[in-house]
Amino acid sequence: MMSELPFEKPLSDLKKKITELKSLSNEKGIDFSEEIAILEQRCKQLENEMYQELSPAQKMQLARHHQRPTSLDFIQHIFTDFIELHGDRLFADDLAIVGGLAKFNGKPVTVIGHQRGKDTRDNIARFFGSPHPEGFRKALRLMQQANKFNRPIITFIDTKGAYPGDTAEERGQSEAIARNLREMATFGVPIICVVIGEGGSGGALALGVGNRVLMLENAIYSVISPNGAASILWKDASRADEAAEAMKITANDLLSFEIIEDIIPEPQGGAHRDYTEQSALVAEAIAKHLAELEKMSPTELIEDRYLKFRKIGQFRMAE
Amino acid sequence: MQIKDLFSKKKYATIPTERPKREIPEGLMNKCPKCGNIQYSKELEKNLKVCSSCNYHGRLNARERIAMILDDGIIQEFDEKMESVDPLNFPGYASKLEQQKAKSNLYDSVVSGEGKIGGFPVVIAVMSFDFFSGSMGSVAGEKITRAIELAHLKQLPLIIFSTSGGARMQESIYSLMQMAKTSAALAKFQGNGGLYISVLTDPTTGGVTASFASLGDYNLAEPGALIGFAGRIVIEQTIRQKLPDNFQTAEFNLQHGQLDKVVHRKELRTTIIKLLDMHAPSKGGNE
Repeated sequence: MMSELPFEKPLSDLKKKITELKSLSNEKGIDFSEEIAILEQRCKQLENEMYQELSPAQKMQLARHHQRPTSLDFIQHIFTDFIELHGDRLFADDLAIVGGLAKFNGKPVTVIGHQRGKDTRDNIARFFGSPHPEGFRKALRLMQQANKFNRPIITFIDTKGAYPGDTAEERGQSEAIARNLREMATFGVPIICVVIGEGGSGGALALGVGNRVLMLENAIYSVISPNGAASILWKDASRADEAAEAMKITANDLLSFEIIEDIIPEPQGGAHRDYTEQSALVAEAIAKHLAELEKMSPTELIEDRYLKFRKIGQFRMAE
Repeated sequence: MQIKDLFSKKKYATIPTERPKREIPEGLMNKCPKCGNIQYSKELEKNLKVCSSCNYHGRLNARERIAMILDDGIIQEFDEKMESVDPLNFPGYASKLEQQKAKSNLYDSVVSGEGKIGGFPVVIAVMSFDFFSGSMGSVAGEKITRAIELAHLKQLPLIIFSTSGGARMQESIYSLMQMAKTSAALAKFQGNGGLYISVLTDPTTGGVTASFASLGDYNLAEPGALIGFAGRIVIEQTIRQKLPDNFQTAEFNLQHGQLDKVVHRKELRTTIIKLLDMHAPSKGGNE
């Protein structure tokens, strides 16, 4: 059973009415087929209109949907022979980031992603997908390994941000993120990053320095969560929808800014409606970009990645 | 007149006196925001804005910092007039930028250029908290990156003084990507043997700490400086506990292995000169 979002209520109300009418027709033996056909037509129209013109705030709800596929779901659907690898060799194994070896279309790759929990217990163990320094350091260890053994790196980005806690600060949250940013710039293997849900702040970017950055249609990516921005800028976290609008967080926005290279379409109603279809669409996009990157030499890959980020910024010289 | 009227309280008229008020003329004296000690501003300036009583290191803007650290100021400033274009057309941002420019006399939060320290030529970038809380948007990221690239090109040591409230939210994704841009430039520079001394000053937080500020070959900080990633209030809300007073201070970071050294402002210049000297190209040995 798909749980609905508030903005989807008119649609589900209409669907409920159709079901009611159908059962009434069966019970009483009255023919409502004409009425039902009209309603079904209207339902379809409403559905199309609604999902084609989602506001940034509505996309934010879809990106955070608790049934949305997670990194492990995509790993299971897209790759074969996944071997999960654990630990940063320094302090601990952070379950907010998963990673390991797998085969993509028969070839070995390193795959890493933020991992939200599937239920409350899982979420607590995984800190709701917000990594500690040891998570970023585990990711770095796996990426260095990929670089050494010449494997492409695929990352899935899905986090509200790095974990804001005292223990994370004590162990060098800033340094862990900063180091990933610097080291990811040095790897001579293809790096493809896919924002699958919410890309929040430095905690997202720490897995995000890729030759190609792709986003799912309803995914969002921003410097701070819209809720955080609203509470800092306007001292009112309830104005998150407004902040989502102002901060330009959608895949369409980021494609137009040339921050991302591609948008991966989602099934109507969002990624959670059909894991299999969504995974096939993600796999297709990865395959396309990987084929392009595999033609480049290590030096070209490093330079390509450098230039991608080097050109980002909007400024001018004052008169 | 009744007898009790003799004892009633009399009302007195107040006559304004000609005596001058004993107010402190503005700018002559200064009160320490930490311990409340009052000292002459001239004394405080002479003491590099460090409180003589409690050692509190007052915040310096970029111009003050440069005057304090370089031999003869900036020899050549880079992109002095680079300014933001409000890329997201963010509500209220354009007017806030104008206000910040007027207040700080800067075009954005970074001043960068070439200069000398103890005779050693260096590339320097200094953040100024008085412009938009030192936040990093496209301009700050670009100026830091250009400074790194110039140091790379000229094979000069790079010194960055950081102070920042974090990301410039009004530039959202552009702001975030400056973290990757500056760090990637450092990867090239440092990978090629470049020397980078990072000095973290009060306060350095958020995206600046989580990118170039933490990536020095040597990370120095001033005493008492607030250095961290997440803000205290957010952390307290997350862990539902009060944090100790010393949380995220320079000393706390030193204790937790995040800094090479906490250096008093009076010794900062000589410490940097010593470090530069250690990396100076060898003069052949037989002098």
